[in-house]
Amino acid sequence: MNAHVQAPAAAVKTTCPYCGVGCGVLATPDGQGGAEIAGDTAHPANFGRLCSKGSALGETLSLDNRLLHPQVDGTRVSWESALGTVAGGLRKVAEAHGPDAIAFYLSGQLLTEDYYVANKLAKGFLGTPHVDTNSRLCMSSAVAAHRRAFGSDTVPGCYEDLDEADLIVLVGSNTAWCHPILFRRMIDARARRGTKLVVIDPRRTQTGEEADLFLGLKPGTDTALFSGLLVHLAATGAVDARYVADHTSGFDGALERAAAIAPSVAATADATGLSEADVAAFFALFSGTKRVVTAFSQGVNQSAQGTDKGNAIINCHLATGRIGQPGAGPFSLTGQPNAMGGREVGGLANMLAAHMHFAPEEVDRVRRFWSAPNIITGEGMKAVALFEAIERGKIKALWVMGTNPIVSMPRADRIRESLRKLDLYVVSEAVADSDSARALGKRTVLLPALAWGEKDGTVTNSERRVSRQRSFLKAPGEARADWRIIADVAKRLGHGEAFAYSGTAAIFREHAALSAFENNGSRDFDLGALSDMPDATYAGTPPLQWPLPKRGKAKARLFADGQFYTFDKRARFVAVQPPALAQAVGGDYPLVLNTGRVRDHWHTMTRTGKSQRLSAHRSVPFVEIHPDDAAPLGLKEGDLARIATPHGTAILEAMITDAVRPGSLFAAFHWSAATASDARVGALVRGIPDPVSGQPELKATPAGIAPVSYRNRGFLLTRREHALPEGWWWARATISGGSGLQFATQESSRAVALMMRGLFQGCELAEYADHARGRYRCAVYDGDRLVACLALGPAEARPTWEEAKAYFSESEPEPGARRALLTGRAETASAGPTVCACHGVGLDVITGVIAAGAGSVEAVGAACKAGTNCGSCIPEIRKLLPQVLARNAA
Amino acid sequence: MRERLVVIGNGMASLRFLERLTERAPGLYDVTVVGAEPQAAYNRVLLSSLLGGEVDEAGCAFRGLDWYESHGIRLITGAPVTQVDRENGLVIVGETHVLPFDKLVLAVGSLPIRLPKPGMDLPGVLTFRDLADVAAIRRAAVEHARAIVIGGGLLGLEAAVGLARLGVDTTLLHVMDRLMERQLDHAAAGLVKRAMEARGVTVRLKADTAAIEGEGRVERLVLSDGTVLPADLVVLSVGVRPNVALAQNAGLETARGIKVDDRMQSSDARIFALGECAEHRGMVYGLVEPAYEQAETLSRHLVGEAAAYLGTALSTSLKVSGLPVFSAGEIEAPEGAETVLMSDPGLGLYRKLIVAEDRLLGAVFVGDIAEQGWCKDLIRTGASIADHRDDLMFGRSASAPQPLAA
Repeated sequence: MNAHVQAPAAAVKTTCPYCGVGCGVLATPDGQGGAEIAGDTAHPANFGRLCSKGSALGETLSLDNRLLHPQVDGTRVSWESALGTVAGGLRKVAEAHGPDAIAFYLSGQLLTEDYYVANKLAKGFLGTPHVDTNSRLCMSSAVAAHRRAFGSDTVPGCYEDLDEADLIVLVGSNTAWCHPILFRRMIDARARRGTKLVVIDPRRTQTGEEADLFLGLKPGTDTALFSGLLVHLAATGAVDARYVADHTSGFDGALERAAAIAPSVAATADATGLSEADVAAFFALFSGTKRVVTAFSQGVNQSAQGTDKGNAIINCHLATGRIGQPGAGPFSLTGQPNAMGGREVGGLANMLAAHMHFAPEEVDRVRRFWSAPNIITGEGMKAVALFEAIERGKIKALWVMGTNPIVSMPRADRIRESLRKLDLYVVSEAVADSDSARALGKRTVLLPALAWGEKDGTVTNSERRVSRQRSFLKAPGEARADWRIIADVAKRLGHGEAFAYSGTAAIFREHAALSAFENNGSRDFDLGALSDMPDATYAGTPPLQWPLPKRGKAKARLFADGQFYTFDKRARFVAVQPPALAQAVGGDYPLVLNTGRVRDHWHTMTRTGKSQRLSAHRSVPFVEIHPDDAAPLGLKEGDLARIATPHGTAILEAMITDAVRPGSLFAAFHWSAATASDARVGALVRGIPDPVSGQPELKATPAGIAPVSYRNRGFLLTRREHALPEGWWWARATISGGSGLQFATQESSRAVALMMRGLFQGCELAEYADHARGRYRCAVYDGDRLVACLALGPAEARPTWEEAKAYFSESEPEPGARRALLTGRAETASAGPTVCACHGVGLDVITGVIAAGAGSVEAVGAACKAGTNCGSCIPEIRKLLPQVLARNAA
Repeated sequence: MRERLVVIGNGMASLRFLERLTERAPGLYDVTVVGAEPQAAYNRVLLSSLLGGEVDEAGCAFRGLDWYESHGIRLITGAPVTQVDRENGLVIVGETHVLPFDKLVLAVGSLPIRLPKPGMDLPGVLTFRDLADVAAIRRAAVEHARAIVIGGGLLGLEAAVGLARLGVDTTLLHVMDRLMERQLDHAAAGLVKRAMEARGVTVRLKADTAAIEGEGRVERLVLSDGTVLPADLVVLSVGVRPNVALAQNAGLETARGIKVDDRMQSSDARIFALGECAEHRGMVYGLVEPAYEQAETLSRHLVGEAAAYLGTALSTSLKVSGLPVFSAGEIEAPEGAETVLMSDPGLGLYRKLIVAEDRLLGAVFVGDIAEQGWCKDLIRTGASIADHRDDLMFGRSASAPQPLAA
């Protein structure tokens, strides 16, 4: 179990590793490798609150499935050997194919310090521009929209704006599930000041359910809605003409384009599939409310037109001057804990470093700062292109850190295949069995990295707030910090001096110094005030919001002064393209497949999947489908259905709901090959990139759906993970006391019974078998200890597992529970142990009739027949009589 | 003058008959009961409990002598009948009694079988049939005694458990490959075996006794495979045969038992038989339930009511030393039938239904026999179980009314 044991200590202030809200967490190690988790009341992101995922962090700390030792091609090796293999491999690829045959794929899970060192090694020392990150899939369209509008990747507002807004518009954001703590702030604001909530989403999510106005628009038509809004604002005199004149440019062009897209309320309604009344209500709310925050997430970003969607939103805020003001502004809610940190260090292919890009003076400045021998001079390939380049053989070495692209990338099946072409595939990973850690290149190096609770550094949340993630657990096995691994490779490549960091504080100082280097207010991102921070200050530093220049004040909001980071200091209106899905539906693919998250899981479940609490909410991969689409297919709730796109297939459990529009499907992307047989939703998605941001479209892939029939369905609960045979459909979830599989199979109940006997030889099997009806249940005991439990039935009568899960949480279930495991029926009050065998009368029945007045053996017999046949139980009844009567009298 | 009714035998069948008869028509007959044992009828089913010390002799009693007296029944105990003189209508009890009868009921039960092997007559080789046997066994079951029970039927199991409970090192030998093979399938028998072992009995299956040996009394038992088992006490429980000697000598028609018709009437219209000595439609029953049904029928018939005994569906409901066991009908699925099974050996639970075309053909239950009455009904009537299959297997919830056993 948990091997990283140390003495119990006081609570450590750290930051949650999940979404971009960046909540403060108090972790109190228990000395056994676990920790008590509580919200940090002093943290300005959450003030002590935590969502379901954050609260369950303590359940995710076990070392099960952890990668603890370096491996080369599946064999455990020393760090020395592994690092040598990586350095040698990189050098060889660089020599043979040039440094740009090397690529890095980083993660919003990395700490800023790790990110910084990786970016520096690649872009300044190896000399490859091909550094991208899973943040590309997350918010790169928001970055691009920010840069087009503001000249910088700047989130103008802060969380307090959510407290102070009178109208919050949520676009493509299931905030209630994906940023729950921010949603609580919104709901609180509604209670406190009557803030109205408008939710714009093709799917009526939990967030939509909570909205004052829900706009369930057609997929991909957000731009039409906000174009219509801009036209409406202009037509009704709601535009702040002075602000537009003084601080912006491009208004007329943008308005003209907007008018071409959605000239009226009616045209907007037509384009979006909304009612005119709803559109008009939204427009009136927006134009009539000064304090309006438009918060947007992946529904906007993960689109082939994501950047335009972002700008269509920003256009409306610029037009009304509602930006940088308390309670007003466009607000990108980032998905990951440190997507913002990645953006700060420049860990994306279209950035160089520290919010600097590829202007010659910027390249030169960074080169000088780093003393970089091999500074790059232009953009590298973004995620989708980067993986395509691997397929084409252009990239020969790939180093993946802290992410699982084989699950999360679009067309993930092709990516898995293409990795085989790599001369060198390096994975820095905390999880041993992630799909990406199990993938293979020609040479595969796995490097054990520290996980949350072990690593130490900083993250930046959606409101530009830098918080410390602090270590409160010892490094397990041979795991090391990502930055140290990178620095060690750098040393072996001859760059020891530039990577001779004493620790994360030193890295952070350098990072802060670079942000301030020759800045003088020319760049939004400036941590100059922190560039001389001593180690001790760094260790104890509270959450801080940037910009934090050496001179001057920190700011919670930017652009209040109307000054932007464009050359003329004016913000830009962007004339956006008419909305259209990148791929049309039709033929075999008549539906639009949308993807997203569930409430209690994070990304590919490598962490949340360890918690039984978090695994209970949605325990099987599912597809939401509208009743109108399901009915003609004969698809019923809970049936399995094959979702097919030209890129892949998945088999998911149907959830029939009018929360999705007719013609739409929704599937969550969390399940991987490690957690389900056929549910890698990433493999279904085409992922056509946005032409500006390179962010792939993950929410609108043409797809077909058809029922899949399996002979039998059921579940298997085991203490340790068990694999099921090829050809079975299954999904795994952590349960209390073990691992649960829900499955479907073409095997007969007889065959499954045989399989169970084979799997659990040497144990005692308790069984229920009605093979004629294809029903089978089995509980496996080692002595009195329940070690496994299976139930199976025809698909139309498939067993449910809630009861069994509850019993399985006990190591040694009571007789009633043992029986219920076989019957699949809830435990019922039994008749008690049999007293009268002839008539099968139980103790409780007999004591009952005595209590009810049967005062003799004969009377008992008359009342319940006990003792009236062979009479062998009469002595027992005789003994019971005075006992019960005495009890009654008492 | 009242008709004289003589009942030979005072076991459980006899008593139940007398109870029913006197309930229906008190004083209708001038009744004399002659029993070979020294006591009035007692609960033979409790002999094993008595052996194990769970009940005392008083706990086994049914009716006191006053009951016989107050019901006008003349009870003669300790009096083995030596002859039935049909011609003169007399029952002769050795030299002590000559009892004239108008109607005669033979309720003489059965006799324990002794194996036709050497040494069966050695002192220390006992049967397990009546109170005297129990007393003899208890006398022999001294501290450190080693007991062997031969016979893995119900009675053998009970005897073995009773002995084990007395603290005697007890081994149960059974010649078949499972216990109670006529009532139980392998799995159920396995559970029963496990229960026996849990109660301290060593069980040896496929154990064929070749001989019992000893100088002047039992010292060891030899199996046909040559295994020698030391023994101070051997209890034979290898079955019974109907006690037909009297009837045969009287010239009544007998086969395995005394042949009777549906009114329990023998080949002589004045003479009836019931219980374990009777053979009805080719069946001889060794259980109490058919005997009681027969007693019911005969009592009705003798008071002039129309009554017919149609046989008892073969079923066994019993507790093997506290473990409830039920078996009825088929115990293995015949060709074309299905088996529905629930088994948790650790829980001592086993339930099996044999089903064909939604009809119940048989049931074997161990540990929980609550649905036994219902099963018996369903087997007898052949009613469809299509809607009840799961309830039969899993049990109805306790709140639902239980169907009454037939």
